[in-house]
Amino acid sequence: MDFDLADEQRMLADSLKALLDKRYDANTRLQLLESEQQWSRDMWRQYAELGVLGLTFDEQHGGAGMGVDELAVVMEAFGRALILEPFVATVVLGGQLIAATGTPEQKAEWLPQVAAGETLLAFAATEPGSRWSLTDIGTTATPDGDAWRLDGQKIAVLGGDSADALLVTARTPDGELGLFLVRAADVTRDAYRMQDGLGGADVVLSGAPAQAVGAPADALAHIQDVLDVATAALCAEAVGAMERMLWMSVDYLKTRVQFGQPIAVFQALQHRASDMYVSLEQARSMALLARLALADDDVAQRRRSVQAAKIQVDLAARHVGQEAVQLHGGIGMTMEYPVGHYLKRTTVIAKTFADTDTLLDAVGAGGGLIMPR
Amino acid sequence: MDIALSKEERAFAERMREFFTTEIPERIRAKGARGETLEREDIVTTQQILNAHGLAVPHWPLEWGGQDWTPVQRHLWAEEMALAHVPPPLAFNAAMIGPVIATFGSEEMKQRFLPATANLDIWWCQGFSEPNAGSDLASLKTAAVRDGNDYIVNGQKTWTTLAQYANWIFCLVRTDPEAKKQRGISMLLIDMDTPGVTVRPIHLIDGGYEVNEVFFEDVRVPADQLVGEENRGWDFAKFLLGNERTANAGTGLIKSRILRIKKVAAETSASGRPVLEDPLFRARLTRLEVETTALEMSVLRVLSNEGKNPGKPDPVSSVLKLRGSELQQEATELLVDVLGPAALAYRESAEVPAGIPVPPDGAVDALPRYFNWRKASIYAGSNEVQRQIIAKAILQF
Repeated sequence: MDFDLADEQRMLADSLKALLDKRYDANTRLQLLESEQQWSRDMWRQYAELGVLGLTFDEQHGGAGMGVDELAVVMEAFGRALILEPFVATVVLGGQLIAATGTPEQKAEWLPQVAAGETLLAFAATEPGSRWSLTDIGTTATPDGDAWRLDGQKIAVLGGDSADALLVTARTPDGELGLFLVRAADVTRDAYRMQDGLGGADVVLSGAPAQAVGAPADALAHIQDVLDVATAALCAEAVGAMERMLWMSVDYLKTRVQFGQPIAVFQALQHRASDMYVSLEQARSMALLARLALADDDVAQRRRSVQAAKIQVDLAARHVGQEAVQLHGGIGMTMEYPVGHYLKRTTVIAKTFADTDTLLDAVGAGGGLIMPR
Repeated sequence: MDIALSKEERAFAERMREFFTTEIPERIRAKGARGETLEREDIVTTQQILNAHGLAVPHWPLEWGGQDWTPVQRHLWAEEMALAHVPPPLAFNAAMIGPVIATFGSEEMKQRFLPATANLDIWWCQGFSEPNAGSDLASLKTAAVRDGNDYIVNGQKTWTTLAQYANWIFCLVRTDPEAKKQRGISMLLIDMDTPGVTVRPIHLIDGGYEVNEVFFEDVRVPADQLVGEENRGWDFAKFLLGNERTANAGTGLIKSRILRIKKVAAETSASGRPVLEDPLFRARLTRLEVETTALEMSVLRVLSNEGKNPGKPDPVSSVLKLRGSELQQEATELLVDVLGPAALAYRESAEVPAGIPVPPDGAVDALPRYFNWRKASIYAGSNEVQRQIIAKAILQF
């Protein structure tokens, strides 16, 4: 049992950290948020050069052939820097969905473009009435010769604002939940910024031409597998973000002077910071479990572990995020100061893929985590 | 959770489970499973079986009965023991004074005490806390004054757990009243039968009796019962409290309590369905399971670091006692909630007169256990002290 990073992972972490430290400070990020694109094409090219955009893809498809441990390393670094680029949408979701579900031709067509940073993707699953269910959807897919046509509405599509193509879930006439590729030019979209500053969109499909990604009968299981990986990735990102919130708060307490002394001398505040540390470490432990669990052959057990990790991470993110703003006082409320931006990102993470109550219900219904032998 | 372990570690856990469930009398394990308080003899019998198989003091030096195990193996040993409802070796012997004597005692002291300590032929208790020395332990006042080949001890200890069963007590005493408070403290081993030692029970809110006041009035202690050198007692106490940093998490205990909660919740009906299927209850239970799993992963992280940097404390270990005690407490609370009105009667035993409905298994002990376990966030460094340690050692306030 050894939970430390391997040398190769350490090198990846170091080079990414060096890049982000140099190019992605809080002011640069604020300026990006106010720019038209709202994220950096230039950084996107840098990620491509580091091999991060094809991190988990096969080498034959322009990828680096790495696994979930490396993905976690990258996500934690992105969480610390609070990047705005559509990495989760394009690589973690879009790219991995094609890698898991697509035909050899589809993989050969799309993955090298994604790895090179030339193509952006998004996963469109959520609908106005679906809440957190993947399957409770109204979007339909109708056969049209060798291809399909899609009709329906999708909301809160992460990265949907700038995606070149969308991976859309839709119900076939046979009742299968399929995954379909749709060119962005063929949909109507209302692009916006999500509450955390990342790009998103609502999408309307009206007879949109589509191609099936793999066979519709296999799609759901593949999508769920990719969401397990993506959930573990979000857990790692949230841990990176929480770590920054804790240390930002600790540094602030040590420098903020009131009543003639740094407020760090007050035990009421010290103990609250200690509790934040406890939450952070418990979340870090579960983020670790999530990525270990991805290697579990028992699908139900793997899914429960990943879901449990996100429960812990969501609860911790809420605690650490709220306390971080509180310990900063008024300055923590300002757009100008970074801590609130971390709170916003972790709050959105806690409402991505599934919320805490839904996950608690799912893990409990599956018999929980601690079972008799 | 198994996913975090290697194949060899899983096989090791399997061997431990096999041993505990076949070699320890079912009668004793069943009491533990029902959450009942064990008798002195149950604990002695169990430890002697463990000791006969080299499983009572695995973390001691090899020559005194220890095992050449990794930190993870030691954790799995404790974990499987708890899950099999086997009472662990007496902490005062196995985790506290044994390692201190093995590390700092003279050869003669080791010969005299270690075999009997491992085998629980001597039952030790811990003489640290005093009425005015709790979290601020170094302010203790019990005095030992040298008189020829003896020390004369005067003072009072308190919260002395199971002193009523003990043959010997290891005591922190002040030997140099002039020195800075941590510097003037020594550790003495005192026979409880020595004239001048008096034990007085303290009754706790759960109705039980496990802690005591111990009074020392001109107690004459031979000087060869001083551990190590004079005035080094504080170092020994820190060594003792720093030992088994991960044990205070109590993950095995929490897991066995959760399994019990699930069993009772599956057997107890409310509004026509098992309590286990009530969504509100299940969400609370699941949250406890998630937090406990996180705690166990934190334990494994600390153990993994310990294996690589032996003797170097991992800052994460400070989280374990804090969160562990809270989760242990939550588990006692959840069991009470499952039992509902059946938990309310205060009874000395589960036996009721003929014709009276028999209370569910463990109902008699559930609320007392909940009251009793409020102690977990107070002892072994209160949780406020733990927060202070995190604030100073990690956050550098």
